[in-house]
Amino acid sequence: MEMCPRRKGARVGCGSLPKWFLFLTLLVSFVSTSQPGYAIPAFARKYGLPCSACHIGWPLLNNFGIAFKDNGYQLGNDKDSPIYQNPAYFPITFRVTPQWHLENTNKVAIDQTGTEQGVTTHGFDLSGLDIWTAGTLSKNISFQVLPSMEEGDSFHFESAWVRFDNLLNSPWLNVKVGKFELDNLLSEKRFLTLSGVGGAWFNYHFSPQGDINGFGGIGDNQLGVELSGHNHNSYSRYSISLLSSVDGNPGLTTSLGGVANSNTARSYDVYVNVNQGFPIKGLGVQRIGAYAYVGLSPTYYWTTDGGQTAVQAKGNRSFSRIGAFGWWFIKDLDVETFYMHGQDNVFLGNGVATNDAGSLPAGAAGPTWNGGFVEAHYTVNPQFIFTGRYELVHMSRQANPGLAATPNLGNVDSFTIGYRWYPIMLSRAGLAIHNEYSQSKMGNLAPLSGTDQIQRSVMVGFDFDY
Amino acid sequence: MTVNWKQWLGSLAVTAVVSSAVWAQESHVGNLIGHAAEGKKAYRRYCVGCHGSLGDGNGDNAPWIDPKPRDFVAATFKCRSTPTGTLPTDQDLFNAISRGFTNSNMPHWDSLPVQTRADLVAYIKTFSPRWQSEKPGEPIKIPAESAVTAQSIEHGHELFQKMECWKCHGQQGRGDGPSAPTLTDSKDQPIRPYDFADGRDDSRFKCGSSNEDLYRIFMTGLDGTPMPSFADVIQSNDAWDLVHYLRTLQVHRHSKENEVARGSGGKTVSAGKPSGGS
Repeated sequence: MEMCPRRKGARVGCGSLPKWFLFLTLLVSFVSTSQPGYAIPAFARKYGLPCSACHIGWPLLNNFGIAFKDNGYQLGNDKDSPIYQNPAYFPITFRVTPQWHLENTNKVAIDQTGTEQGVTTHGFDLSGLDIWTAGTLSKNISFQVLPSMEEGDSFHFESAWVRFDNLLNSPWLNVKVGKFELDNLLSEKRFLTLSGVGGAWFNYHFSPQGDINGFGGIGDNQLGVELSGHNHNSYSRYSISLLSSVDGNPGLTTSLGGVANSNTARSYDVYVNVNQGFPIKGLGVQRIGAYAYVGLSPTYYWTTDGGQTAVQAKGNRSFSRIGAFGWWFIKDLDVETFYMHGQDNVFLGNGVATNDAGSLPAGAAGPTWNGGFVEAHYTVNPQFIFTGRYELVHMSRQANPGLAATPNLGNVDSFTIGYRWYPIMLSRAGLAIHNEYSQSKMGNLAPLSGTDQIQRSVMVGFDFDY
Repeated sequence: MTVNWKQWLGSLAVTAVVSSAVWAQESHVGNLIGHAAEGKKAYRRYCVGCHGSLGDGNGDNAPWIDPKPRDFVAATFKCRSTPTGTLPTDQDLFNAISRGFTNSNMPHWDSLPVQTRADLVAYIKTFSPRWQSEKPGEPIKIPAESAVTAQSIEHGHELFQKMECWKCHGQQGRGDGPSAPTLTDSKDQPIRPYDFADGRDDSRFKCGSSNEDLYRIFMTGLDGTPMPSFADVIQSNDAWDLVHYLRTLQVHRHSKENEVARGSGGKTVSAGKPSGGS
């Protein structure tokens, strides 16, 4: 292509530049000048704000988004009540993630060969469908209902709650009832990684080997009531939740060793989270916080019908997940840091019923572990964001001397890198191109050799909502 | 492929000049210095959807927003501490961003760091040439508030009638005066007078929530709206009396003015009913 007509003897002013330089320049220009994104449509349609107003890069919330959420999805400009909306408005968003992905696990015990082999699967797939509806029923009464379709086309309610906001005209008093995400400032529901390995924080779901605790982790949505509050700009926040010991499963369903039993629950858990933000000039709002989850889980059941039907959870024993976190901003770079100390009761850790204490191995103890992660995001612009994470969970005490013979058993070391580019984000729809690679090493979990097992995920897909 | 890199360099030079103009624009809010270059990034993240990339109030969402987003090119601002017709101070713009505007789509942005808000002020000022040729007005002086008495409230009521505030705001402050349906703003968009009677304990005015804010509103006026400045019409004591009376129109609000009014037998409140009404 001739961009400059040649003139006889004219060499100056019509030179040539390498093609790669032009391509690079155009690419950098495009990325650095992209228009900002527009939001999760349920609220964008209501308030007309760009999605980048609430999200560092959706779905990750920024300070304004945190304040909006804390205020019960209200901006506080006297237009929050549905009565002010066009009657055609309905607060609903669909989110779906069509993708191609590859999953690889080494050292899998293969029946046909009798040896450990690497296993790789890949193909086009669908992560599911979130039908997310949320907003206000009236001024200071907010709600969220989130039916989610899993692979296999079955539905479950990931969230369903109502919240009474600003009680006594105070932002420090809000009460939420139903099934909801725990008030984790570092939200697993809103993070930027989606692959098979990187699509969850291990710390948020970790359980030691051989443990029968039915608690799925602080990343699971729970059923209960939450009292929460915040100051005017949500830099200071707290929440206290009283939760049924059902790991978010309706029907008073407890579980033991992965087996669920409905209509058996009879105990409660407590979750507390406090955090504080403090702005540093020129850098952003830094946040630090601490949390504690203390709960109970059964070790056996009373049964009826000759042992066929569990009717009441028994032998409840305690567990806890406590720790601290920080979220640090250096302009467009933000870094999340997280620490957790976990502990399960000796009966839970050894899979022994409390009415069968004699079955505890000699030297048995409650398993304990420590974990954490560092996750960074670099926002090139509201439409382009890089992410990277290193995470580990290491056992500090195994449940019995037999397990302690392999002290690294169950340890996790993992990393994830990826980026999200939002080329199309209008006020009524958004599309992200999502590329991610993640890998984890599971300590001594190879079934035959007892060595470390590696899992890898590659994901190339689209994440869109409308 | 060949490229006229002279044109490229020329474009870069123009970009550099524009960029330097943006860099040069600052705001001063207390001890903070806001920078337009940083403000531009924040503007693109938070504001462009409504106010538009040119700052003219024609963002993608503007057609669905009522009232319409502010046109920064016109540089006509409702909430100022400065006399009518003058530019607001940087602090005024900072306060407006932080406070938001009731009964509009403009939320309060006080969850943003103060530096970001100061940067936004600096960038907003790059949209209009007025900021290059004019200086902001001198903030008006607000004298100490006079005592709330039955007499001050009654006098405020007399001023309300005399200055014909009721023509727009209605005799009971419901924003339903005879002129209300005809009101338009400087962009010929219909505009509603403030409804005092709907006010609760958490009510806000367009430019604040305190008595001082109310005093400031009718001494500076709300530029770009039919609400004029009364600075040349009434004295400060009269203005405070008017403030006290307007507070009694907020009949559902707990206030000293309402206590005094009720203590005087509700005389002043009932006096606000339409003449000839039941």
